[in-house]
Amino acid sequence: MTFAGWLQIILVFAIVIAAAWPLGIAMAKLFTRAEPTGLERGLYRLAGVDAGKEQSWATYTFAMLAINFAGFVVLYLLQRLQFHLPLDPQGFSGVSEPLAFNTAMSFVTNTNWQSYGGETTMSHFVQMAGLTVQNFLSAATGIALAVAVTRAFARSEAKTLGNFWVDLTRATVYVLLPLAIVVGLAFMALGMPQTLQGSVEATTLEGARQVIALGPVASQEAIKQLGTNGGGFFNANSSHPFEGPSAWSDYLSIIAMLVVSSALPVMFGRMVGDIRQGRALLIAMLVMLIAAVGAIYWAEANGNPLLSQYGFASAANFEGKEVRFGLAMSALFAAVTTGLSCGAVNTMHASLTPLGGLVPMFLIQLGEILPGGVGSGLYGIIVMALISVFVAGLMVGRTPDYLGKKIESKEMKLAILAILILPLVILGFTAISAMLPLALSSLANAGPHGLSEILYAFSSAAGNNGSAFAGLNANTPWFNTTLGIAMALGRFAYIVPVMAIAGSLAAKKKIPQTQGSFPTHGALFIALLIGVILILGGLQYFPALALGPIVEHFAMLAGKSF
Amino acid sequence: MLSQLRPSLILFAFFMLLTGIAYPLAMTGVAQALFPGKANGSLVTDNGTVRGSELIGQSFMSDRYFWPRISAAGNGYDAAASSGANLGSTSKKLLDRIAADAERVKAANGASTLPPDAVTASASGLDPDISPDYALLQVARVAKARNLAEDQVRTLVENQVRNPLLGIFGEPRVNVLALNRALDAMTPG
Repeated sequence: MTFAGWLQIILVFAIVIAAAWPLGIAMAKLFTRAEPTGLERGLYRLAGVDAGKEQSWATYTFAMLAINFAGFVVLYLLQRLQFHLPLDPQGFSGVSEPLAFNTAMSFVTNTNWQSYGGETTMSHFVQMAGLTVQNFLSAATGIALAVAVTRAFARSEAKTLGNFWVDLTRATVYVLLPLAIVVGLAFMALGMPQTLQGSVEATTLEGARQVIALGPVASQEAIKQLGTNGGGFFNANSSHPFEGPSAWSDYLSIIAMLVVSSALPVMFGRMVGDIRQGRALLIAMLVMLIAAVGAIYWAEANGNPLLSQYGFASAANFEGKEVRFGLAMSALFAAVTTGLSCGAVNTMHASLTPLGGLVPMFLIQLGEILPGGVGSGLYGIIVMALISVFVAGLMVGRTPDYLGKKIESKEMKLAILAILILPLVILGFTAISAMLPLALSSLANAGPHGLSEILYAFSSAAGNNGSAFAGLNANTPWFNTTLGIAMALGRFAYIVPVMAIAGSLAAKKKIPQTQGSFPTHGALFIALLIGVILILGGLQYFPALALGPIVEHFAMLAGKSF
Repeated sequence: MLSQLRPSLILFAFFMLLTGIAYPLAMTGVAQALFPGKANGSLVTDNGTVRGSELIGQSFMSDRYFWPRISAAGNGYDAAASSGANLGSTSKKLLDRIAADAERVKAANGASTLPPDAVTASASGLDPDISPDYALLQVARVAKARNLAEDQVRTLVENQVRNPLLGIFGEPRVNVLALNRALDAMTPG
């Protein structure tokens, strides 16, 4: 670990906070504005939306499911029929059924797990009109849901949570699109390609033929990072020199990934009328995230002792890393992409040291709330905040409340239901796959790392992350189907109880805070929240992690290989 | 509830046109106008022949050239199939591969220790750079193969090192294609 390395890490976080604060305030204003703009008015008239009419939690959720289902069907068909569609310069054939199902689910749920290599599978038309559209819409869906959940705490005795169509439109047109244009232009200036050409052929200095795949990369990269989607244009994702041409594009990628998710707690604080509440959530998120960056950085700098016999001048682990990013930016990227639900990678997570790889996997399993996916991170940490005040309430024997809303048995049951879905899906599918010869034939690594590949895959899918221990060949009917199901459950089966909590809380009267209320903006609450997140995550996943990365770490120290 | 179906279809169609067609096409137009070189892949050409991209690594095996990192992209530096090796730290396949490459690289360069980037596979399989240490390690071999003075080649390498801005931002690195082209320019043929 070096001083310059830490300085880069700290500067990135400083820029993120400086940008997220005004963005959060602006979003609070945007989503509380009553009057639609001229463009909105025309669009709503065409679509038959009454912008003044708000929806109950159930209608709001149904509207969200309806447009996501439409997106799923369209994306599935685009992939299957890509050879009939324009902009297919490489002449790719239609994508197979299980892969098209997996990919459609993947991009609709903001997971962006990729069982395929982009440059060898998808036409430019599918990348643009299929994948890029879902990059916008899945992120806008997350923002809309986070806004609806926020309103549940901002309002008193309300029957409605807002209008989904208005929130979705504003999130897309006034938040994501302008940001994507700015970041996309910067990416182009930093060297990312943006062309409709398929590839060029080069004659190398040694006289060999090299085909260089190209495409509209910068426009997709911008929203891939801003929407915490993570689905790369190329197989190697942000480690590909066209997706990450320099250290500068890497800083911008990391900042773009973090900025919207970090702005949402600020928006939350502003909308509930007490910015300190949002600040407390943001501090808890970032403290844990920075600790995770440090852990990966430390593990990678200590490296792999099994390699010392070959006479390396330094212990640093460079397997699966790029020279232009080095250890610090690789560690930062790995922690950020999994603390968020992004899943873009600039280093191959499979080749991190066992402990260096454990951290991203554990960050996903914690529910990706540090600071989490666009929108999903905010409603995820609010669920954790409800559980925290409930635990605190049990300790002092008092009915808990959060932001003046009484947390009662109904809300707690729904919250527990929501947080049990992830471990059920992750551990259940991992256990089944670990026993199936059909699944085990996909493994690239033997020993505990093989189990880690499967555990990481289902964590990534259910958590809607999308990064991978990519040795696993996931492009098989078994993994394409089960991972697709895991993604759908991890997204939608989580959202429905969360929206039910929001509906129930919105209807309650906001009680004034008294001397006896537990303050949820100070250091005590932040510490309690961090403790609850770590204890819940640890209890759920420690046994599985012990069999994967932890045992691999001790095997490595003992000089064993598999 | 049924009243939600019309907005879901019409708004989806609108967003598809806006974000899936208008946005990437407009960005492509801007890129081709403002940054034509970068937008088309930062290609390197000699008299109209494309020799590669300055961002994309390529394979070098001859002693007359500096060698790049180990690549798992296709059969090595396949710029239409990027990939890492994705082997874990305790993988026998990884250890065997590193053992063989370490022996080969040490023998070819008469070295006893190696910088960590010399025989580890890059993440993309297309890493265009190596560390200055790895470039300097290869100076003697390349100078001998080209009948050049070692000092001359070392100076060339040192001129090609890209240092981090202010010593902080980025990593010290050498672009292998640029270095080898400079080498060819010095000793044609």
